[in-house]
Amino acid sequence: MARKPARAASRAPATNGRRPNDDIGEELRLKLYHSQFRLRQAEQRAYDLFLQNLVKGTSHLSLGQEAIAAGFACAMIKGDHTFCTYRGHAHTLARGVPVEKVLGELMQRDNGLMRGKGGSMHLTSAEHGVMGSYAIIGAHLPIACGAALRAQYKGDKDVTVCFFGDGTTNIGAFHEALNFAAIWKLPVVFVCENNYYMEYTPIGDITAVPSPAGDRASAYGLPKIVIDGNDADVVYRTAQEAFTKARAGDGPSLIECLTYRHSGHSRADPGAYRPKGELERWKKDKDPINIYRERMRQFGISADQIEKIETDVNHEVETATEACKAAPNPPMDILFTDVYADGGWAWRN
Amino acid sequence: MAELTYREAVARGIAQEMTRDPDVIFFGEDVGKAGGVFKSTVGLFDQFGPRRVKDCPISEQAILGAAMGAAMTGLKPIAEIMFSDFFAVCFDYIANEFPKSRYMSNGQLKCPLVVRTANGAGSRFGAQHSQSVENWAMMIPGLKVVAPSTPRDVIGLLAAAVRDPDPVIFFEHKSLYATKGEVPDGEIVDTLGTAKILRPGKDATILALALMVPRALEAAERLKAEHGIDAEVVDVRSLVPLDTQTVMGSVGKTHRLFTVEENPRLCGWGAEIVSIVADEAFYDLDGPPVRITTPHIPLPAADALEDAVLPTVDRIAETVRRSLQS
Repeated sequence: MARKPARAASRAPATNGRRPNDDIGEELRLKLYHSQFRLRQAEQRAYDLFLQNLVKGTSHLSLGQEAIAAGFACAMIKGDHTFCTYRGHAHTLARGVPVEKVLGELMQRDNGLMRGKGGSMHLTSAEHGVMGSYAIIGAHLPIACGAALRAQYKGDKDVTVCFFGDGTTNIGAFHEALNFAAIWKLPVVFVCENNYYMEYTPIGDITAVPSPAGDRASAYGLPKIVIDGNDADVVYRTAQEAFTKARAGDGPSLIECLTYRHSGHSRADPGAYRPKGELERWKKDKDPINIYRERMRQFGISADQIEKIETDVNHEVETATEACKAAPNPPMDILFTDVYADGGWAWRN
Repeated sequence: MAELTYREAVARGIAQEMTRDPDVIFFGEDVGKAGGVFKSTVGLFDQFGPRRVKDCPISEQAILGAAMGAAMTGLKPIAEIMFSDFFAVCFDYIANEFPKSRYMSNGQLKCPLVVRTANGAGSRFGAQHSQSVENWAMMIPGLKVVAPSTPRDVIGLLAAAVRDPDPVIFFEHKSLYATKGEVPDGEIVDTLGTAKILRPGKDATILALALMVPRALEAAERLKAEHGIDAEVVDVRSLVPLDTQTVMGSVGKTHRLFTVEENPRLCGWGAEIVSIVADEAFYDLDGPPVRITTPHIPLPAADALEDAVLPTVDRIAETVRRSLQS
């Protein structure tokens, strides 16, 4: 059963007499914490705004899963491409998209990333390399292959990173994309966020192997990589290895990150299907924010430095919230724009 | 000027665009070394090599998804889906992804690609390899849809599709691959969204698409010879954008409208055109518009059965005659 999966292998490098995680460095460590804390606060705010009926439609939060988005985004460089699922707020924010743009889209205001034309499940910010969030399970894995095919064809050195959940590993497009990427050695990194639940159903109940992504890797000639997705240092290090491989022309990677979502599947889901105490255990022992605060303390980062980060983030979230509340609804004239490349919607003369 | 088959025109059209623009790449199942199951891409692999002409596994979702990802990041891919019936296994890209990414992203994303596919009946392949599914694409906002009937139009419309900044679904008709036509030398580029009057006439307008075009033309000749009815035949060519001006101009002249559609009855392209004409040119009509279609059934395999259900020259001519003379 995947509820007790094979434990993630330790991916800390040889220490050579140094402490584990010494390789990360203070500047990067602060960046990783800033990113995780920012994702946490922005999504917590999204949830609060939902309770106030200010977030419309649906929303899918990554609370508890922040280390993955943060770890990968901190390892990515300008020009790299991100493809997300409908649970894509965190990955979008982590590439540097302002909180106001994301909250604005969730609140379906004119200041949103797509001015309310996409909604929470389709966050896109091409200027940040966020090439869309895809709400049809599995759809974006082949699309990510295409972005990587372009890089390979043109000799560009960018990497394409494609995030998805454990449930995606059971849809056909996952397997088609993995094979495509493998046969053409595409510079794409597939990141499975295994939070143990496919929507409301334990992934282990409906998957033939214990590691939904890791145990499928060998079918495509790829190594099995299963990591602790709640330790941002581990995530960052694994991302770097995969990116180095991809940029060197050595092909794709499939990385399974073990994690747990603190919220329900979507805003309508209280998560009642989870065994009593499970959520509490993850929050107490494996919350990525707590893990990282402790890590920073170990490495002598002062309380003042941490507080400065948190104050800055809280200010951004607060300012963004006020701006979104004040923002107007989208105007009617955008209804008919950008259906076609000429900017309009004409289908006849 | 040279005489080319429709299938040779496909390869020439692709080669023309790949030669012009290094960002054009082409991939699909059996399209490279094998030259395509309909031999419509022979020579491209040798000319452009495996970097630009790629053989794919049987993975229609990956083919279309990869085309989209390549298109949105800077290439101009041409993807082949071997039979249009297979759109049903990769329909997410056609229905949800290609056409909606630009709109949902408020114009941030682009999707300049072409999906070529072999459409239509006549090969006795049965219900899952013979359908005319233009309406599967026509119904979706954000797509463009063309279906050429001649070798010259194959090249010109394919070039226009490749150069177009939007996703274009390009329906080739498998029963036209062996047909021949005159094709001018040099580069050919046509215009999407333009219908063509192939045979001027004054008594009735017959709209047709793809394989139905030569049948409509033959029916028109017979109507003239046997009944003195002078029918105008319009090759619709492009369903989206739709050239309603040419259609309504013709109806304004002939005052009668017939559509010849290979698709099963419900929601065929002709229904939309008839509806537009009824809305906007009702008083130009001297009689009810008539749709000549395949009946609303799955296509049978046996030649005798398949021939019985597709619109034929006989059925087109007889329907027009009866309608005009009753």
